[in-house]
Amino acid sequence: MTLMTRELKASFAFVERNFNLTKRYWGWEVAFLVYAVAGALAVSLIGAGQNDTRLLLTLVIGAVFWNYLSVVFSFIAETVSWERWEGTLEYTFMAPVRRYAQMLGSTLYAVIFGFVHTVVVLVVLALFFELDLSQANFGTAAVFMVLGSVSFIGIGIMTAILPLMYVERGAQMTFVLQSVLLLISGVYYSIDVLPGWMQVASNFSPATYVLDGVRAGLIDGVGTADLLRDVWPLALMGIVFIPLGLWAFGRAERYAKRTGKLKRVG
Amino acid sequence: MTGLLQEPKTEPMRAPVPAAPPSRTRRTLPEDGVPALLVEHVTKQFLVGRKRKPVTAVKDISLRIRRGEIYGVLGANGSGKSTFIRLVSTLLTLDTGKVEVFGHDIERDEMAVKRLINRVSVDAAFFKKLSPFENLAYAARLYGMDPKSARQQAIAILARLGISEKRLGRPLEQMSRGMQQKVAIARALLTSPTLLLLDEPTTGLDPRSKLDVQSFIEDLRDGHDATIVLTTHDLAEADRLCDRIAIINDGRIVVEETPEALKVLVAERHGQEPTMESVFMTFTGRSLDDDLDNENDENDEG
Repeated sequence: MTLMTRELKASFAFVERNFNLTKRYWGWEVAFLVYAVAGALAVSLIGAGQNDTRLLLTLVIGAVFWNYLSVVFSFIAETVSWERWEGTLEYTFMAPVRRYAQMLGSTLYAVIFGFVHTVVVLVVLALFFELDLSQANFGTAAVFMVLGSVSFIGIGIMTAILPLMYVERGAQMTFVLQSVLLLISGVYYSIDVLPGWMQVASNFSPATYVLDGVRAGLIDGVGTADLLRDVWPLALMGIVFIPLGLWAFGRAERYAKRTGKLKRVG
Repeated sequence: MTGLLQEPKTEPMRAPVPAAPPSRTRRTLPEDGVPALLVEHVTKQFLVGRKRKPVTAVKDISLRIRRGEIYGVLGANGSGKSTFIRLVSTLLTLDTGKVEVFGHDIERDEMAVKRLINRVSVDAAFFKKLSPFENLAYAARLYGMDPKSARQQAIAILARLGISEKRLGRPLEQMSRGMQQKVAIARALLTSPTLLLLDEPTTGLDPRSKLDVQSFIEDLRDGHDATIVLTTHDLAEADRLCDRIAIINDGRIVVEETPEALKVLVAERHGQEPTMESVFMTFTGRSLDDDLDNENDENDEG
């Protein structure tokens, strides 16, 4: 068996395992879906209340795509904390699987799961508000979702380090990072309203470019070719963040093995 | 401390040739060839606080385990047994020293070592909402196995351990701890490890489950090409299963011999009853009451 085949098989172990877990926890998944739909509706109703269709679409897209990015991000970031909670972390780290194969499997499932989750939320919102998306360019939205996913996978891998290094509070720290991204990325408002230093920070968030691109595609029907100013930073972040995430995770694993932090559970 | 006990020696002691008959027929294992596990001068420390001195969990341990051997590691709670197993399992880095598994250095050739080993720990760590089959399929894929053939193997192993196939589709959380531990053993054996690390596999099991697991280990010893490192608090279990036993005290190996030789040693040199209990008390320098006190202290602190 070649190295690549073996690693791909090992990657599939994480996809299958996470799928089985989703099946077993289906009640909770439904509950979180209801939570996501309710949250997106609550935000979008602000736009409906203003009788401003553009504002409504802006908020719907912000709510729906933030949901997608946060599902992907948290799924990856919780890779370690979930295993720590179950007590299986040592078993997984002892297996002859390279870390990139583990992350590939976990992220692949996260992207598929996030996509399904987001489609459900989008359909509910479209029906609720009777949205007119006849002018939308869905191709542009898809390109930005894919590019954004790559960057968010890289950030998610870096964030997964936190529960590896900080046993008790590491998982909670991932929410802090997520909320900072929410603040600076213009999810529900234009980044123009942010103070200058926050606008500078927003340039380093992939969500800023994803939301710009998706809004331009779905509201104004703009093609990807006209949005290269948003495409190249996203592509660059994807290229940099994933290897950087894997490198950082490797360093954190080494630290955890030196200090005995793989052992701790709960 | 009772008069039965004495302070442990810092250097491992070698016993004279046993005069008493062994409690079971011991096998003769070849001395030559690549050792299954070679440990040379391994030390591991942990920092427990910024202002406190580091704790040395394993101090300058060296040992050589032959292929096919069952090697017991005994010691009181906190003596360094589990740290030693974690070091060999690649779950901890070495501070100093060297560990080789069938000639593969665990730091330079980590992936090769991981393919050769597996471990059963005292806690059966699983995704408890998943069924044994789902957990075992996950393990099989991690080790590059075909889940279908792994399923057949798992059924056979678990049947040998007294668990029928019809119980394997339900969530693990619905199984008793003894059954979960048997599934953990099946998971470890699925991957056909040539070095199996059993870290207190029978702790907390009822007598029947314990006997099932012990018999299974004997079957492995007799019928499979597996080398086993077994840590246990069950002295009868160690006596029954192990070809050689090392006793760890405060992170050091204080004695290493066959069970028979150890019993002879305490009888001839220390005037104790030739039992494993005497061996344990003599070389750990503790009574069982000390251990219980320590456990209570740890619980109070926790």
